[in-house]
Amino acid sequence: MGEEVKLFRTWSSRFALRIVWALEIKGIEYEAVFEDLSNKSALLLQYNPVHKKVPILVHNGRPVAESFVILEYIDETWKQTPLLPEDPYERAMARFWAKFGDDKVLTSVWNVFIKQGKEQEEALVAATENLKFLEEEMKGKKFFGGDRIGYVDLALGFLANLISIFEEIIGLKIVDEEKFPSLYSWMQDFAEAPIIRGNWPPRDKMIVKFQSPS
Amino acid sequence: MGEEVKLIGSIQSLFSFRIEWALKLKGVEYEYIKEDVRNKSPLIFKYNPVHKKVPVLVHGGKPLPESLVILEYIDETWKDCPLLPEDPYERAMARFWAKYCDEKIWQAYMAEGEEKEKAMGPALESLAFLEKEIKGKKFFGGEKIGFLDLAVGWIPHWLNVLEEVGSMKLLDAEKFPSLHEWAENFIQIPPVKECIPPREELVSYFHSALIYLRSLSANKP
Repeated sequence: MGEEVKLFRTWSSRFALRIVWALEIKGIEYEAVFEDLSNKSALLLQYNPVHKKVPILVHNGRPVAESFVILEYIDETWKQTPLLPEDPYERAMARFWAKFGDDKVLTSVWNVFIKQGKEQEEALVAATENLKFLEEEMKGKKFFGGDRIGYVDLALGFLANLISIFEEIIGLKIVDEEKFPSLYSWMQDFAEAPIIRGNWPPRDKMIVKFQSPS
Repeated sequence: MGEEVKLIGSIQSLFSFRIEWALKLKGVEYEYIKEDVRNKSPLIFKYNPVHKKVPVLVHGGKPLPESLVILEYIDETWKDCPLLPEDPYERAMARFWAKYCDEKIWQAYMAEGEEKEKAMGPALESLAFLEKEIKGKKFFGGEKIGFLDLAVGWIPHWLNVLEEVGSMKLLDAEKFPSLHEWAENFIQIPPVKECIPPREELVSYFHSALIYLRSLSANKP
């Protein structure tokens, strides 16, 4: 089609990873442009003047920012292997759960990671509440998208990697296999899927990154 | 389609109004169930157990929360009077700015002191974008109201209230003349005009909400 697709990303950005997965799932050829956020390129600032962040998808010279906005753009532009379901209600629920993942789950898991003592205990309670909703949603399904990976899986996918890294660093279980059997099983299945497995950031590098105070 | 549509909303929730406008624009019949967000009924807990907030759209018994998610659902279910543009890139832009405006102006309203100074920047930036976007057009959707009009449609009536309560000036008619004109046009359209709530009620509500929200924020990381 003679299309030019570029993805501005960093090696560790979980938001950019979503886009990598989406592009690979759909078999879209793209050029990855790695950014150093401590030294942002002129192009990044030009393409995302509002947030000055990654990911940015640039399609034939036109930039799109914000990972969920990009995912929807990709799904609407390249119709093969749809990410969102067809039914309007299921599409709406997919968008809802993706947003919940970012707004609530990510924040609460992060709090468990960074806090200590009593605050950490409270954070764990909050995280557990949020994870329970996901556990419920996951029951009876292999992926949130059903038989294959879909929009919500991509949105929550970083959990399958980041949570075990957090757990290792702080020595505390966040997603207990007994408490969250469906979620735990999803985390294994998701991480094992070829496209996903081939694209995780290096684990040791991640551990170093999150261990150092920043 | 013949399935029952209910909207659980509240006069205190500016997000509820977006949904009413969308339903009215598309000529969808619905039953409005009024909630008081300070005294939530069991319905809210039943239909939105995750966030326990309004608005919630219930279509054929199936509940759907989150106003921007609901707007897209409405657009996909009732095809009359499309809200989002057809072109994927323009859709992406509408979604991006709707999300951004929601976040930034709200943050400015909630912030205090030094934080407020910082928050004003992005809030003004979003108004500047809207100003640029609306130039030469009657509505963001063109001749007719679209997704972004509904998403930022709270600006004409509510922003003024938030400015007063949040001690900030954002929508300056001199700085943002096109936006100001859009705001005047927007409140006049029938679906919007029909459900504008009384200003004093909004001022009183947002005043107490601000105190509550700031206290919640103080406990966040």
